[in-house]
Amino acid sequence: MRFEDEPVTPGDPLPILPGHSSFGRLERVLRAGGFAVTAEIAPPDSANPADVYERAALFDGCVDAMNATDGSGANCHMSSIGMCSLLARRGYAMVMQISARDRNRIAIQGDVLGAAAMGVASILCLTGDGVDVGDHPQAKPVFDLDSMSMLGMIRAMRDESRFLSGRELSEAPHVFLGAAANPFAPPLDYRPHRLAKKVAAGAQFVQTQYCFDIAAFRRYMAAVRDAGTHEKVFILAGVGPLASVRSAEWIRANVPGVHIPDAVIARLRGARDQRREGVRLCVDLIRQIREIEGVHGVHIMAYRQERRVAEIVEESGVLGGRKPWRPAVDWTDADWDQGSAAPPLRPGMRQLEQAS
Amino acid sequence: MDGKAGGWRGQLPGAKDGMQKLDGIKSHRAMNATSAASKPESYRMRAFSVRHARALKRLYAALEWTLVRCEPLLRRIGYQRLDKPFARVESLTKGLLLDSQNCGQCIVGFTGLSCPMNCPKKMRNGPCGGVRGDGRCEVKPDMPCVWVLAWEGNQRLGEEPAPMQVLQPPVDHRLPGKSAWLRELRIRVGDAGHAV
Repeated sequence: MRFEDEPVTPGDPLPILPGHSSFGRLERVLRAGGFAVTAEIAPPDSANPADVYERAALFDGCVDAMNATDGSGANCHMSSIGMCSLLARRGYAMVMQISARDRNRIAIQGDVLGAAAMGVASILCLTGDGVDVGDHPQAKPVFDLDSMSMLGMIRAMRDESRFLSGRELSEAPHVFLGAAANPFAPPLDYRPHRLAKKVAAGAQFVQTQYCFDIAAFRRYMAAVRDAGTHEKVFILAGVGPLASVRSAEWIRANVPGVHIPDAVIARLRGARDQRREGVRLCVDLIRQIREIEGVHGVHIMAYRQERRVAEIVEESGVLGGRKPWRPAVDWTDADWDQGSAAPPLRPGMRQLEQAS
Repeated sequence: MDGKAGGWRGQLPGAKDGMQKLDGIKSHRAMNATSAASKPESYRMRAFSVRHARALKRLYAALEWTLVRCEPLLRRIGYQRLDKPFARVESLTKGLLLDSQNCGQCIVGFTGLSCPMNCPKKMRNGPCGGVRGDGRCEVKPDMPCVWVLAWEGNQRLGEEPAPMQVLQPPVDHRLPGKSAWLRELRIRVGDAGHAV
């Protein structure tokens, strides 16, 4: 999908529309009323940019933005700022995840400025997993901030043009601010309030933990709607394909905060092709989630199953005919022959723009 | 405790699982040990304090009332001179009741009397998403999540969720070990000094 004011060079920022805080595509899609699709892109254990581009290409044309994880599971990988910078320069809409585990307020604020300068338009503030679960359990856990105070800090950088210390910025980072939410972890009654607190602290969009328990998610969303929070924040529900019963059970036992009901395991177990069933389950969940009032998109986390994302998006029809932006490699020769600097708008895009 | 045993854990390739088992054995042995380094972790006092959040909050209110009245005297003696003895008393009382980590900027009034600095991630604004289904900590599986306790404490105080909705600023790392009571007092009487 392309916007009418698309820059000629893909990596350049879009103009910031009135009422928007960033120059990014994700904010554009959400504010225009589109049901957004984001996906998690796992940074490689490599210093080769080609590995990054290769991973990103798997999502070409099926997602609105990609989240580059920041040492997820407390394991070491390429930095999120490195990933985001490489991809944003090619025009991809990136969500840079920042974990409070590894850096203090001085480093994080520096990274926010650096990332915004490199074209990163969205930032997701996370507290992060404890170092004990990762591959460097000897590391010092920093946790100078938590996700909430990080949101407040970056919002002040953007809206008040100042560091946490009060010192002034000459140019504020124009970023769309996000946070994570887990509707399925205790204390359950507090979770909707926690979401409201994150919104008050500065979250403009949230991406949730995997939603496998639709009944529990509906209850959560009902409480969120009762408080009116869904009108102040864009909520993207986390989904993902389970590769097999074994991996589902492993995730349930070892990944903090992921709740997988027995019915889901039973459904996988009953299937002849578990991998296929995992994809089908994910598609079913997306279709059900789409119907829940107050949900504005889905966030697909398909770790080591990235190739399935296009399939899931296609099969679920979640984009409703909308075609997300993709890099120019797919422009047809005809587009170029017409002498335009950029290919013409595709029909699906117009609808979205009219909706706004 | 954990950190002591973990010093060399990661240097043995593939030894992580085995070491976790060893840690388990170690903590069992520690139940009978007396040295501070291997002190067993009991969370009973925390649970007690959260159950009695109302009484403890009233107790602190009385203390604060007294301190406010004594403020001119305290000021004459000098806050700097008083900081150490006050911090010691705080460390003893709050250490016993709350397992206080002496951050010097106490917010247990907002957290149902559950000290948030016992959270391995030092979260001061609510629970992370990793809390286990049984309400225990993601990082320390035998410890109840301090925020699950905080929620319970606030319910006992009958004022949920308002106190937990207050946005807490990041920790000032110059303050740990200093007296939080005196700091509170100085904020109250309008002599914030350098500490705010």
